[in-house]
Amino acid sequence: MIVEIGHFALVLALVAACVQGSVPLVGAQRNRADWMAIGTPSALLQFIFLAVSFACLTYAYVVSDFSVVNVMANSHSQKPLLYKVTGVWGNHEGSMLLWVLILALFGALVALFGGNLPAGLKARVISVQGWIGIAFLAFTLFTSNPFERIFPPPLDGNDLNPLLQDPGLAFHPPMLYVGYVGFSMAFSFAVAALIEGRIDAAWARWVRPWTLVAWVFLTGGIALGSWWAYYELGWGGWWFWDPVENVSFMPWLLGTALLHSAIVVEKREALKIWTVLLAILTFSLSLLGTFIVRSGLLTSVHAFATDPERGVFILIILLITIGGSLALFAIRAPQMRSGGIFAPISREGGLVLNNLLLATATATVFLGTLYPLFVEALDGSRLTVGPPFFDATFVPIMLPLIAACAVGPLLAWKRADLAGALGRLKFAAGAGILVLLATLMFADDGPWLAIPAMGLAAWLFVGAASEWAERVKLFRAPFAETRRRAAHLPRSAYGMTIAHMGLAIVMAGIIGASAWKQEEILVMQNGESIVFAGYDVTFLEMRRIQGPNYVAERASIRVEQDGEQIAVLTPEKRFYPVQGMPTTEAAIHTTWLSDIYIALGDEGETNAGEAGWVVRLYYEPLVPWLWVGSLVMMIGGVVSLSDRRLRVGAPQPKPAKAPSGQAVPAE
Amino acid sequence: MRTLFAALACWLLVVPAALAVQPDEILADPALEERARDLSKELRCVVCQNEAIDTSNAGMARDMRVLLRERLVAGDSDDDVRDFFVARYGDYVLMNPPIKASTYVLWFGPAVVLLLAAAFVWRAARRRKATVTPAAALSSEEQARLDRLLSDRDGT
Amino acid sequence: MRQRLLVYLPLLAFMVLAGYFLWGLNPDRNPSIVPSVLIDKPVPETSLPALAGLLQPGIEPASFTIGEPVVVNFFASWCIPCRAEHPLIARLAEQEGLTVYGVNYKDKPDAAFAWLEDLGNPYHAVGADGSGRTGIDWGLTGVPETFIIDGEGVIRYRHVGPIDTTILEERILPFVETLR
Repeated sequence: MIVEIGHFALVLALVAACVQGSVPLVGAQRNRADWMAIGTPSALLQFIFLAVSFACLTYAYVVSDFSVVNVMANSHSQKPLLYKVTGVWGNHEGSMLLWVLILALFGALVALFGGNLPAGLKARVISVQGWIGIAFLAFTLFTSNPFERIFPPPLDGNDLNPLLQDPGLAFHPPMLYVGYVGFSMAFSFAVAALIEGRIDAAWARWVRPWTLVAWVFLTGGIALGSWWAYYELGWGGWWFWDPVENVSFMPWLLGTALLHSAIVVEKREALKIWTVLLAILTFSLSLLGTFIVRSGLLTSVHAFATDPERGVFILIILLITIGGSLALFAIRAPQMRSGGIFAPISREGGLVLNNLLLATATATVFLGTLYPLFVEALDGSRLTVGPPFFDATFVPIMLPLIAACAVGPLLAWKRADLAGALGRLKFAAGAGILVLLATLMFADDGPWLAIPAMGLAAWLFVGAASEWAERVKLFRAPFAETRRRAAHLPRSAYGMTIAHMGLAIVMAGIIGASAWKQEEILVMQNGESIVFAGYDVTFLEMRRIQGPNYVAERASIRVEQDGEQIAVLTPEKRFYPVQGMPTTEAAIHTTWLSDIYIALGDEGETNAGEAGWVVRLYYEPLVPWLWVGSLVMMIGGVVSLSDRRLRVGAPQPKPAKAPSGQAVPAE
Repeated sequence: MRTLFAALACWLLVVPAALAVQPDEILADPALEERARDLSKELRCVVCQNEAIDTSNAGMARDMRVLLRERLVAGDSDDDVRDFFVARYGDYVLMNPPIKASTYVLWFGPAVVLLLAAAFVWRAARRRKATVTPAAALSSEEQARLDRLLSDRDGT
Repeated sequence: MRQRLLVYLPLLAFMVLAGYFLWGLNPDRNPSIVPSVLIDKPVPETSLPALAGLLQPGIEPASFTIGEPVVVNFFASWCIPCRAEHPLIARLAEQEGLTVYGVNYKDKPDAAFAWLEDLGNPYHAVGADGSGRTGIDWGLTGVPETFIIDGEGVIRYRHVGPIDTTILEERILPFVETLR
């Protein structure tokens, strides 16, 4: 019964989406306030229906209702409750339901908090959200219905892939989806603006917070995903340039570009056409990700239930949404001349450089991800584009971006003094050189590029801090003056500083992890000790333990430094009998400067031919900074989001009303 | 159904699971072993989905790791080893696509895109400078709104 | 004017991309099957001892240049799809009159022997590739895989995965005809 309610609510959500997609839009075109007003209740209803639907599916999982195919295929009665719940989105059908739920949530948020938007824009934005909702609700209902029944119901389910039974991966999809789907707001605003034929500073100001929300969550989702890969896959890697990772990274890169170009629109009324295009492309890349992950178009280590028929359905959705919006763009964009004059050396010049480099980086990842498909289509031959390609092409694009990232915020709008800005970065330059020299001394091997790159990370970190110090006149004015200035600095300025510092931290983490990782693979016996990366590591014992839905062999390994015990690590090798699948659970001791990472392999023989266990030891310098830096970037985003003037729904000075119909030419 | 079987066939090779590089594979000579590790990160496991043989658990990946070490011990250069596998599996086996006619777009595309975009921005900036008169046509209404917006954020 | 054309560029690029995607969704396309680079190349140097227990010779380089097409089938007793295609391999050897060699890939000899005892041995020779080296030399990506070699010892065709009746009748037999 509950399952049928969920199914029915999903159908009702589609009906609500149809209303939401049509009535407000027609109302906006005909300038009828009552029709436009339908947008709010229909968006709210769509969200409520989907919330009910999602709750019903979750209920079916919690009570292990195996008469539902989806529950049967992805759950098991013995599974811990947490993973019963997270199992809802650990499969294709359930994750689609989550996807549309989040989409409806964003639609409902505009409906609730979009009171400060002009009625026409709001109605159009809600309608465009409605269209996306229709497309994906239809996809879910007709090709991926999670509420299908099976008769007779089996006694127990097939269980969830044990690799997914993990706290890191449990919350990775929801965060990623909020990110992906969040960019639909920027898309809807862009399409609405194209329909209206006008874009102004106010538009950019409304788009930015939504983009920022999506960006914060996408950052978190990507970081969580690579954290999971790091501790779960058992060899300390955290990024593989796999197609599925790339498709989440591309919207992030372009979304970052969008965040920056929207500032130019807001401040200088320039880059309008480009910003609208970015907004469309960012969400298009999110959709592309959904398509690639679920269609089986490319081979990836992250298997999802793939099905070419579903692929065709999503491709049709892509053709309508992306193709339609780009066609609209082609028709309308020439009417929207941007006005701003800008000099290359200026804040907006810096932001243009940021956009150039981020867009090129996105194009690189895009080309690398899809090139095997292109080659295969052209001559049938097969090609692999793996990490070496991305390292060789992506890094040279990012390094100038990082270098410029410290300078940009110090440049004034319109026309800036580059020499002056560089002069104010003397501490950053000093710190960069210092770190470079220190790295040169301590790092005895590893790629040479890592050494200047570390200096660059320090340059960015101190550079971001100096920009703040500059603005509050730290040490150059009386302390009270500094405090007053610090308190009056807008939160968005703090957000930028924090996010840039986070980027510097992440960068250091990336360099450390890829340049100076140490590894030891050996067979150890009980009581055996070795010296590894300056630590004394002793294999204490091996024990068999029983988990809730797995059995495991757990080693106890003592890590000591200078005779003092630092940690006893307990890596496990688990076996999940229902899926017949083994997993490794690495044990990690972090000092926040580096990780000691131990994974357990199979039984093996020592060189002397005695039985022991294969142990993999990794010393991962600076890896914790990856997670810390990502978190700092997210905090930067949240701080910026809390800015009074960006806060969603905060009272703002009403923009001059432009009665629709008598449209003011957008310059 | 056919693809299912093919998938099964691939999985079956994976079954004798062992996690990536095993201690018994490691060469005694550290310099040679380091070369072997670097090479094994560049070679794709042909039965896996987009994974290098270095990290793959597949039995065939292990065979390839052992084989590539044998080649190194026998005195092969890194290029010899790459050629050895390319002769059997084609360019597909290389994680790093070789630079040749069919990959020019891949390798040089991004740089070309960057240059074209930079040239476009440069021209657009210069043209605008030349054509837009300082008294850019803002209506008084728009000017007022712009002022309000800009005054909101002082000092930036 | 140029700018007017430029705004159509994203749409154009997307349409081209969508064309590729449509092509990529072709249900006959299996992205995990990699075409062999050994097609139209001579058979790799292959000398395999006979599978222990069989009263048959092993495989020698000369085995491939016998003036008529040869079918080489990689199999293993632990491979379930191999069991499924086994009757069709037998049909190739017994009814279609082809010379069929088996390469027993990474198997225990006694398990393979028992497997052939159980299902019948259609092969004219079975070579034991215990180390899997021959498999790599042949660019093997899994078992079963089946190669067709012409009378001069040149590889002409490869099939990945188990053979079923349709594949046998529509692809393999017509292809062998062209070689005869």
